[in-house]
Amino acid sequence: MVFDSKAFFDILFSTMFIMPALTTLGITMVAMALAILLGFGGAMAALSGVRPLRWLAHCYLGFFRGVPVLVQIVFWYNAIPVLTGNAINLPALIAGTIALGLNEGAYMTEIIRSGLIAVDPGQREAARALGMTRPQAMRRIVMPQALRIIVPPTGNQFIAMLKTTSLLFAIAVPEIFSTGTNIYSQNFKYFEVLAVVSIWYLALTALLTTVQKAVERRLGARKNTRRLAIPAGEHG
Amino acid sequence: MALVEIENVHKRLGGSDILRGISLKVDAGEVVCLLGASGSGKTTLLRCINHLETIDQGEIKVAGELVGYARGADGKLRAERDRLTAAKRARIGMVFQRFNLFAHLTALENVTEAPVQVLGMSPDAARRRALDLLASVGLEKKAELYPHELSGGQQQRVAIARALAMEPRLMLFDEPTSALDPELVGEVLETMRRLADGGMTMIVVTHEMSFAREVADRVVMMADGQVVEAAPPEQLFSAPAHPRTQAFLARILAAN
Ligand SMILES: Nc1ncnc2c1ncn2[C@@H]1O[C@H](COP(=O)(O)OP(=O)(O)OP(=O)(O)O)[C@@H](O)[C@H]1O
Ligand SMILES: [Mg+2]
Repeated sequence: MVFDSKAFFDILFSTMFIMPALTTLGITMVAMALAILLGFGGAMAALSGVRPLRWLAHCYLGFFRGVPVLVQIVFWYNAIPVLTGNAINLPALIAGTIALGLNEGAYMTEIIRSGLIAVDPGQREAARALGMTRPQAMRRIVMPQALRIIVPPTGNQFIAMLKTTSLLFAIAVPEIFSTGTNIYSQNFKYFEVLAVVSIWYLALTALLTTVQKAVERRLGARKNTRRLAIPAGEHG
Repeated sequence: MALVEIENVHKRLGGSDILRGISLKVDAGEVVCLLGASGSGKTTLLRCINHLETIDQGEIKVAGELVGYARGADGKLRAERDRLTAAKRARIGMVFQRFNLFAHLTALENVTEAPVQVLGMSPDAARRRALDLLASVGLEKKAELYPHELSGGQQQRVAIARALAMEPRLMLFDEPTSALDPELVGEVLETMRRLADGGMTMIVVTHEMSFAREVADRVVMMADGQVVEAAPPEQLFSAPAHPRTQAFLARILAAN
């Protein structure tokens, strides 16, 4: 096999992947925002005292964990228009983002739920004993402590999502991977194109990792629930 | 009129009867110590008073009001709106065995949190009051520290200051010193003693017999979810009437 380094560098330094990279990043952000919202709702429902809500959360988790995300993507893009007699016919970009966000919401539900139950129940008790309402105790006392547990795995989910967006090539969303497939189906330089595609994903992953580290450092700096021994004189 | 009126309270938990017809009245300004073996229902009773726990039968009034319940037109009790219960709880301080200080907040923020969030006090006013309260428990220098940077005794004194910041008319203490190293017990008991001297109404679950003897107006002995004996400390300690009280005191004295 010969590696066509000229083709490789031409593709690498062309502007062909700039819009697709922004598309990939945009889909990742919007899908994760949707997933985090769903995750908070799902976690509240899963932990609520209302049985139908818990049941609903349970079904949501079971369904989205059990059905391949590629099936869900095609469902939103191709099946929904048929099912609704074209009343709902979403552009591929939107259908794909919704599918990814809904699916990811199930995983975020689990992450947020385990963050919430990791907070000592005595914290909520003390808040309630001081006269806080349920929502106040959640917002002021439980959630800030749960966030420190929730943030690190959520960062990992962002990075996983970034890579999962490549599945949207199946419905021809112009993201990084589908742009690559378009190129190699014309010039048959599979290896060179996939190498460039990989470099773009690696670069975006590195970017997200940097953001993740910065966020974790900021949370860590407000040293909260962590029971680390902190050298005297360093506090406050 | 009594500040706390507990009337024939029953409570089941996990399939067994934990409280079996408790009746007890506590007057304003009175200090009542609750004694009883492990599992006799002391914690459960305290948690029923501020409605952290529901009641199956009977009723509890604090300052003449039901907490967590409202009486319907038919005379039956029904659950009260959370917001109303929360407002009543705000006037009942509670101090826990495990302190339960808010781990993500400094000592000062622990004390200002509820006055600002619940009472709507201005952060400045809450801060001034919190610093006064921390000074009154001897912790003005520790205001900026987080709970994990404080000793157990210091944490419990912050917890007391936190409860007092809500200007409670009643304070509930659930074994406030039993999670402490022996050398730290004294500073917490001293804080509680000054609170009692200041006229606070207190219900204290404790195994500190000297505190019960010296500070309590009345000592209440619980066994198997019932009050078996209630008397002023000098009487209960020197001439316990009930066999359960006699056995309990004998065991405590032997342990010391
Ligand atoms: N949520 C619960 N579910 C089931 N059983 C419970 C629950 N909470 C308490 N109990 C049981 O109720 C009984 C009384 O508990 P409680 O905590 O009121 O006793 P206590 O007098 O405070 O004891 P201790 O001195 O050990 O603190 C115990 O046998 C305990 O196991
Ligand atoms: Mg107890």
